[in-house]
Amino acid sequence: MFRNISGCAISGVFSKSGRRFSGKLIIDSIAAMHERSNGLGGGFAAYGIYPEYKDCYAFHIFYDNESAKEECEKFLASHFDIITLSKIPVRKIPQITDEPMIWRYFMVPLPSKLADSQLDEREFVVRCVFRINSTIDGAYVFSSGKNMGVFKAVGFPEDVGRFYRLEEYEGYCFTAHGRYPTNTPGWWGGAHPFALLDYSVVHNGEISSYDANRRNIEMYGYQCMLKTDTEVITYMIDYLHRKKHLTLKEICTVFAAPFWSTIEIMPYPEREELEYLRNAFESFLITGPFSIIVGFDKGIMALNDRLKLRSMVVGEKDDMVYIASEEAAIRVIENEPDRVWSPKGGEAVIITFEEGTE
Amino acid sequence: MAVNYFYPDYEIIRDYNRCINCRVCERQCANEAHRYLDDADKMVCDDARCVNCQRCVSVCPTRALKITETSNTFRKNANWSEKTIKEIYRQAESGGVLLSSMGNPENYPVYFDKILINASQVTNPSIDPLREPMETRVFLGAKPDRIQRGKDGRLVSNMPPHITLSMPVMFSAMSYGSVSYNTHESLARAAAELGIMYNTGEGGLHENLYKYGKNTIVQVASGRFGVHKTYLNSCAAVEIKIGQGAKPGIGGHLPGTKIVGDVSKTRMVPEGSDAISPAPHHDIYSIEDLKQLVYSIKEATAYTKPVIVKIAAVHNVSAIASGIARSGTDIIAIDGFRGGTGAAPTRIRDHVGIPIELALASVDKRLRDEGIRNKVSLIAGGSIRSSADVVKAIALGADCVYIGSAALIALGCHLCRSCHTGKCNWGIATQREDLAKRLNPDTGYKRLVNMLTAWQHEIKEMMGGMGINSIESLKGNRLMLRGVGLNEKELEILGIKHAAD
Repeated sequence: MFRNISGCAISGVFSKSGRRFSGKLIIDSIAAMHERSNGLGGGFAAYGIYPEYKDCYAFHIFYDNESAKEECEKFLASHFDIITLSKIPVRKIPQITDEPMIWRYFMVPLPSKLADSQLDEREFVVRCVFRINSTIDGAYVFSSGKNMGVFKAVGFPEDVGRFYRLEEYEGYCFTAHGRYPTNTPGWWGGAHPFALLDYSVVHNGEISSYDANRRNIEMYGYQCMLKTDTEVITYMIDYLHRKKHLTLKEICTVFAAPFWSTIEIMPYPEREELEYLRNAFESFLITGPFSIIVGFDKGIMALNDRLKLRSMVVGEKDDMVYIASEEAAIRVIENEPDRVWSPKGGEAVIITFEEGTE
Repeated sequence: MAVNYFYPDYEIIRDYNRCINCRVCERQCANEAHRYLDDADKMVCDDARCVNCQRCVSVCPTRALKITETSNTFRKNANWSEKTIKEIYRQAESGGVLLSSMGNPENYPVYFDKILINASQVTNPSIDPLREPMETRVFLGAKPDRIQRGKDGRLVSNMPPHITLSMPVMFSAMSYGSVSYNTHESLARAAAELGIMYNTGEGGLHENLYKYGKNTIVQVASGRFGVHKTYLNSCAAVEIKIGQGAKPGIGGHLPGTKIVGDVSKTRMVPEGSDAISPAPHHDIYSIEDLKQLVYSIKEATAYTKPVIVKIAAVHNVSAIASGIARSGTDIIAIDGFRGGTGAAPTRIRDHVGIPIELALASVDKRLRDEGIRNKVSLIAGGSIRSSADVVKAIALGADCVYIGSAALIALGCHLCRSCHTGKCNWGIATQREDLAKRLNPDTGYKRLVNMLTAWQHEIKEMMGGMGINSIESLKGNRLMLRGVGLNEKELEILGIKHAAD
């Protein structure tokens, strides 16, 4: 087992009114932080980009070879009703090479299979993702949500954006990641964002709690194949939000728990609630430096570690919210924000659609 | 018969240029190794009586005494050690089982000494505990299966009973009887001041110590000595002792000489009669019986206290722990083969059981593989000697550790391993009033507090070095450990990589 250590840049843009805008904006933002990446990985998560298939699960899959694709498609056909499938359109550029086969599928679970499994629909989809990724050699599902998609590759993030023609997509939320790994696994699946269902995570940092978190989450049926912090954080969000029904705010207090000295001076009932969360979900505490941006179906969330050992700023302008590792990455796309602030360590920033947004 | 004469293992060396015949050594030695000759106006000694407890050396005002290992030797033999030969002579004479005290002293591997701890460099900052908060609070008990919310959407606490500790260390079970009242009082007061727990062991709880109930774990062992309803409710948690690392497979032994006065009353055993606990609990012949006892205790304590089950680390410990985790038990304590005791058959102490490091790693993994690790907390004991051992045990997967020998050493124990004689010159493992009063609980408790305060500082320094600022992120974090000089199988069982791998 190797441990994938990396530094990074992250950025996110979200329209609270649900207005869709071009992916060019996020490319420009992440490109401003070129120095924070080293060309060994970049990627984007885009929400609201598939309105015509918004009720279908959109699987983005890397294939190493034809036989992996055949085997995987056989599996998909036996578990899903495939509405449509295609290659993901890319632009050939010299900066991005050695690409795998990259395919996209819009699907709904086969009702009979779903009923037989006795699982709810989303759990069924998650199990299928794990099944493919762990048993079909050369096939890797890297995006599995509805009306959203992940686009990632080995390269600098702005090149990855151009490669995937991201400017041609319109969405209401984008996140981006530029990677600075301290080892060189030249594998596309290892780039960020990391996603499961609608949850996507971009992350800058190196968490010291990694193996405690990994061994804990693996107990609940998640298989950590990539050995990256981001993968573990994604699974923990999925588990706590989808399965344990914690709110995102509660999840933030589990990940970056307030210190006991802070909890003890809090009034009832907050004090009891926080003590309960720290006790009940102790193995989900994340220590060490991190800043994460989490995309989900209704908005965007940002969180720093409790000592704020990684930079992260938030900006606002009208209905737009910007989050980035550096303020420069906000200013380059919005020169006159109404407000720019630096969230405190452990302070949850959770932004969802304004009321009335469809 | 000449064969039964043994040249003493230790020799008392007295420097007569320094000795002032103050006779303090004579008064302090319960083994009567020192004697004053009126006629010659001279101190003499009988080496054969010396157990090398270092008491006389420590109290001699002129440093006139030292104890050395004898240079007298049998003919060297790599197969037949002098110790083995002497044990045969002893048994040939007495026909009895050899008795020993404290933990297994033999030369088996100490895995803690072959494990090294990580620290941050560059990619991840270390954290300075002198400048940033560094948290060591620990909860022991089962975690809730699901969350519950009230009508207002707020979380409703459905936390099963648990205990809260300021740091992941507790004093392990040492019974009143095997140790003195002053030892128990020192442990109780130290636990209260530190915000941790001490454990009564199987000899009941002296009424004077009921007031430390919030920091007390009461033990229910196979002899059921001193167990009654008030006892079960004068504590923070109840421990069922199935086994002990020093003597897996057999029950406790307390020689009748130690059962006097309040010990007899507290233990509910007649004065002077040996208290020999049965090897098994006679109401537990299988795992389903254990479940019944766990729930009997829960009924008796109105489901307000967590129940601990303590087992010795034996060969199939992980399967046993898996069964216990499904029995309603809240906490499992595993005691390694180096664990101490007041009295045990030598052969069992030295040859039965397995190392705690391997047992702990195996149990933690098994419970995770079965998805039930959050149903129980794990306590590791059986020779935790320093804060580094604590950090390593937590990173291997323990929630907390038990210390016994280390606590006694803080109180003055020099590991002479003669507890079973009841003549402890340090006032610890004795019921003789003149000896017991040598341990002053006012100083004793302070020394325990000092030791664990120091350990806590060291734990925080090591955590900070790893970039971890709360102990729960260390639990089971095996990537923080590396092995040195271990083979593939040992690394696999410990679940760690080799250094520089």
